[in-house]
Amino acid sequence: MNELQLKVLELLKEDARRDAELIATMLDEPLEAVKQAIAEMEENHVIVKYATVVNWSKVDDEKVTALIEVQITPERGRGFEGIAERIYLYPEVKSVFLMSGAYDLLVEVEGKNLKEVASFVSNKLSPIEAVLSTKTFFILKKYKQDGIIFEEHEGDHRLMVSP
Amino acid sequence: MIKEESERTIPVQRESMADYLSPLVRGIKPSGIRRFFDLVSMRKDIITLGVGEPDFVTPWHVREAAVYALETGKTQYTSNAGMPELREAIAHYLNDSFSVEYNPANELIVTVGGSEAIDLALRALISPGDEILIPEPCYISYSPITALSGGVAVGIETFAADNFKLRADQLQAEITPRSKVLILCYPSNPTGGIMTYEDWLPIAKVVEENDLIVISDEIYAELTYGSKHVSFASMPGMKDRTILVSGFSKAFAMTGWRMGYACGHPELIAAMLKIHQYTVMCAPIMAQYAALEALQHGLEEKDRMVESYNQRRRLVVKGFREIGLECHEPQGAFYAFPSIASTGLSSETFAQRLLEEAGVAAVPGDVFGIGGEGHIRCSYATSVTQLTEALDRIGQFVHKLKQG
Repeated sequence: MNELQLKVLELLKEDARRDAELIATMLDEPLEAVKQAIAEMEENHVIVKYATVVNWSKVDDEKVTALIEVQITPERGRGFEGIAERIYLYPEVKSVFLMSGAYDLLVEVEGKNLKEVASFVSNKLSPIEAVLSTKTFFILKKYKQDGIIFEEHEGDHRLMVSP
Repeated sequence: MIKEESERTIPVQRESMADYLSPLVRGIKPSGIRRFFDLVSMRKDIITLGVGEPDFVTPWHVREAAVYALETGKTQYTSNAGMPELREAIAHYLNDSFSVEYNPANELIVTVGGSEAIDLALRALISPGDEILIPEPCYISYSPITALSGGVAVGIETFAADNFKLRADQLQAEITPRSKVLILCYPSNPTGGIMTYEDWLPIAKVVEENDLIVISDEIYAELTYGSKHVSFASMPGMKDRTILVSGFSKAFAMTGWRMGYACGHPELIAAMLKIHQYTVMCAPIMAQYAALEALQHGLEEKDRMVESYNQRRRLVVKGFREIGLECHEPQGAFYAFPSIASTGLSSETFAQRLLEEAGVAAVPGDVFGIGGEGHIRCSYATSVTQLTEALDRIGQFVHKLKQG
């Protein structure tokens, strides 16, 4: 990663719709260099995807999300990788983190309702042989995710014109 | 004797409340920016480039420090000059950042915004009839405060062709035996102009030769792009001749806290402190705690904000040039000051029509004094999305004007 790529990432992280031309202007860099930096990062999967941050609580068909602490027995030679993969390949699973501390994997699962998530845990997750235990926590409200505040209250309180 | 007494008993006939007012106050024109504000506030759905303050809210850790100050009962007066630990922190910061050394015990006072510091400095210095030299276009307060103190404001026009720098020959040309004070504001509101070490050298020479005192308003010192700000007080021999005025508003996004300060020769600061203690006593204590937090832990956050202004500055300058409006490169503050002369309209007409026909508010340059006519001040302290939309609208508006 070079310095330009880092700067480009910062600007894309704020708003993924910014195009190369806008970014080149904002950074005072040649357009071609910015285009190349983006292409390289896409190629290397530094930029994995341009997705939208959605506040699902504003959408009518609301979803249910749970964080599940999973304790597992690691496999000889592969550690946690194989089990983690078996878990993250399920489309219901939104994120998986390997954690330090009292449990091993933190799994974020999304479903249409409580029942669907509960069924995923008892029918898919728990039966995996290496899984020793699970603890499920349902998310009641998301305030902030990935540095983005969902309901910003600060707003712009400035006067329209000031000296 | 008798006559005098009888004169005193006859009441003066005053026909309206205005007759009670001091002639000095009556003589001050209402600010042009105020008039424009009234126009803008009647409109909805506009994009404003008229705001003279950061678009960031004060960083949370700074706000939290003020909350904590309140929770722990910090609700009293502080020493007139400001809390000693804050004065020390300011002195340390000024030395670190701009290589100017002040003794926090007697060369520095904390004021209610940089504005109060300017008022104190002018009141402390001016005798009736003294001439105060003010490079223009400039911030709108200097000339009215000068008048209130009985001084005579002498504007010195600066030009886009010089990047709105003050030239020594222009300064020299305005000097008379009554010249006493030079007010400097670089980086400049509204032009974004800056002064480098080389630019200052000949100015310092004129100041010395003519025995002037300088009030250097360096409120935008942290907001320079490309080269670091050079404080006029750091120029050889200028420290004792300079009252350095600055504050927390722009660099730390703390406009509403009203935290400023002034530094200078102990005798000048003592005089200013005398006015300060009789008029405002001290700056608010909770704001002083917030300012202390900003200096102790807010410098990185400040750097991030400066970088963000710089990105938007490039966007706006390029935008104006593409539209076909001449725009000098603003190297400080957060304003662009493009020329709208090519449209054939006056600043005021342009700004008014831009507001009405394109829904964009920008401040007409003439409100900032001589040299401002033919320009508009556009603050780029607003979101990239808004700036892009504003530039689109201005582009269409100018295109329409130029077509006939």
